Amino acid sequence: MGKVVLVTGVSRDLGRKFARTLAADPEVDRVIGVDVVPPRGDIGAVSFVRADIRNPVIAKVIAKEDVDTVVHMSVIATPGTAGGRNTMKELNVIGTMQLLAACQRAASLQHLVVKSTTTVYGASSRDPAMFTEDMQPRRAPRSGYAKDVAEIEGYVRGFARRRPDVRVTTLRCANVLGPAVVSPLTSYLRLPVVPTVLGYDARLQVLHERDLYGVLQHAVRADVAGTFNVAGDGILMLSQALRRLQRPTVSMPGFAVGRVGNLLRQARVADFSPEQLGFLTYGRGVDTTRMRAELGFEPTMTTAETFADFATTLTPTGGRTERVLAGLAQALPEVEGPAPAPLDAAGDAQPAPRRPRAVAAAREGADHG
Amino acid sequence: MGDAEIIPIGTRGRPGRGTGKQPSSAARDLAGGKGPVARPATRRTPGTGEAGEPVEETVAPDAGPPSQDTAQAATHATSGESRAETPPRPAARTRDRHPRGGIPAADLMAAFQVAAREVFGEEWEVQLARFLAFLRRRVTGDYAVDEYGFDQEVTQRFFMAALRPIAQKWFRIEVRGIENIPTDGGALVVSNHSGTVPVDGLMTMVSIHDHAGRFLRPLGADLVFKMPIVSTMARKGGATLACNEDAERMLRGGELVGVWPEGFKGIGKPYAERYKLQRFGRGGFVSAAIRTGVPIVPLSVVGAEEIYPLVGNIPSLARLLGVPYIPITPTFPLLGPLGLVPLPSKWLLEFGEPIRTDEYDEGAADDPMLVFNVTDQVRETIQQKLYTLLMERESVFR
Repeated sequence: MGKVVLVTGVSRDLGRKFARTLAADPEVDRVIGVDVVPPRGDIGAVSFVRADIRNPVIAKVIAKEDVDTVVHMSVIATPGTAGGRNTMKELNVIGTMQLLAACQRAASLQHLVVKSTTTVYGASSRDPAMFTEDMQPRRAPRSGYAKDVAEIEGYVRGFARRRPDVRVTTLRCANVLGPAVVSPLTSYLRLPVVPTVLGYDARLQVLHERDLYGVLQHAVRADVAGTFNVAGDGILMLSQALRRLQRPTVSMPGFAVGRVGNLLRQARVADFSPEQLGFLTYGRGVDTTRMRAELGFEPTMTTAETFADFATTLTPTGGRTERVLAGLAQALPEVEGPAPAPLDAAGDAQPAPRRPRAVAAAREGADHG
Repeated sequence: MGDAEIIPIGTRGRPGRGTGKQPSSAARDLAGGKGPVARPATRRTPGTGEAGEPVEETVAPDAGPPSQDTAQAATHATSGESRAETPPRPAARTRDRHPRGGIPAADLMAAFQVAAREVFGEEWEVQLARFLAFLRRRVTGDYAVDEYGFDQEVTQRFFMAALRPIAQKWFRIEVRGIENIPTDGGALVVSNHSGTVPVDGLMTMVSIHDHAGRFLRPLGADLVFKMPIVSTMARKGGATLACNEDAERMLRGGELVGVWPEGFKGIGKPYAERYKLQRFGRGGFVSAAIRTGVPIVPLSVVGAEEIYPLVGNIPSLARLLGVPYIPITPTFPLLGPLGLVPLPSKWLLEFGEPIRTDEYDEGAADDPMLVFNVTDQVRETIQQKLYTLLMERESVFR
């Protein structure tokens, strides 16, 4: 007998795509998508049930369909589409409470997967470099998304205590990035000129969209309970990432960035959330040892590869300096041309300078091709 | 008449600078030797501003080869009358002149090559190509940082290069006992802290990099990561926050970690208390070392106390700005920015014998008595070495 999986929050892209991916899994019999509004895209073999997780109807759905696995994905990061902070909070917190209450009643339930976020760790100057799952945020979040998620995780822990027979897997995913993802971070990175916080350089760690589906699917199938950080390998500095995306930047003091963010949100240009300012100032890294060792999941993309993939859909708005330098490198063939032998010899003597040449050659090849 | 004439400006070609009226005696001698230059009157354009008189003047010597007497007479005669009556000079013509156009391109190229050779040495083409590749890598973000934000390339190329002359030429750092730093694997360097501004940390970093070939990863105070720019530089240079999580993570990763347990109590102590070690915090560094089983290398730094002798403090202003102290040194607020130049004291860095921590059993890190004992042992070692070094030192600046 295959699994019957209920996925909440399928009206949004990530939920919908995950439900479709899951429906194609041979181990899964049925996938039931639940949301307040119907999904906007193709949901394939997923059967959609229009239900509000904020009221007890959801319990009937779980009981009627004999659901054994619930994937909770309807925690939203910004009020953007929901219509205000109050609605957002209600959707996130009250919705989760109702869902968990329904789950507690459902005898058939065996497995609960909650998609949480690394935002629960906060972002401040006093953070350790890499958060492990046991660490607490240095300052308890007082508002917004981070507080919602912290409360949701609290309810989930309570549920796990009350129903010890249910495997509860909480996945704290890093910011999801992908060519089609719309999130506060992607809309920030898509700005033609990116405002950055003067004097600070955040450490970023992201997760590719495909790896998010992968880890959720893995969690549905695997027999592992617990809380896990999920993120791509490696760190990119914000400045470095923006250079790779070829975005020009404007440095301004933190409060000015916040104000610009508010303006952009009011103008509906970008979905900028207040927690994001801290993240863009100090950044955050998470330790993923437990993800590998206990959960047994290996992300396919590193942070750098995820950014490279994200960049393919982005029209570069900057990169002028790079073009000038590339032109200079090409306009001076005498400089680089007649001395390949000593350069190679030097490269043999000390391995460091070999890389730039290979990179430059690769890039030139790409330019010509 | 066909050629255009160029009217010279300035002294009008008279020999010597003088007042413009009377040629200097030296100039007269010269002029006498050669005599006024003869030329046909036709070369002068009749319509020029200097009327007709000079023309007649020039005609006179034209008649025959001039003698010294006549030349003298002529100059004397003309000197009184008008400025214009000068011994004529050859009118320059366009075809006589050198080709115009500034410095030729070939010369420019040669100069550039010489300059490049000056800057980059004999293999300047290679160096320039390498530098260009480096610039392109920086601009495209094609470099790697580790999970603490450490940017090895920029640290090696810029930070170390900038600090090295200060360490070698200004403070003339003498490093001893470098063999006590393990060549690989994790180790914890524990040092005294002094000097009002944590210059000793930077100098330790560059000394260890140059002598032991390893990067020291310093643990910085909260304040460092709160400040803009400083926090970015600190992360790029390999520092991370001084907390147990990061310290243990780095030590487990096999890094050489540097810690200054005195903290602000150490660098902010008055000059009168120099070389007296302050309290070593709560001994967090010892428990981190015991948990990870890495050796503790005590380091004594002599010389850093004298770079900015702290004679006063403005506590109220410091509280207002949220910093531990506002230093007053003999030079600082007095000379303005010039007061920021550290005094060139002579520095001695001595690494002591490593203190092993891998013999303790599992729960030792949570035994406060043991941790305090080890902390005191490290503190005493550094203090004793400081006294020995101070005895050896001839004077502060030598």
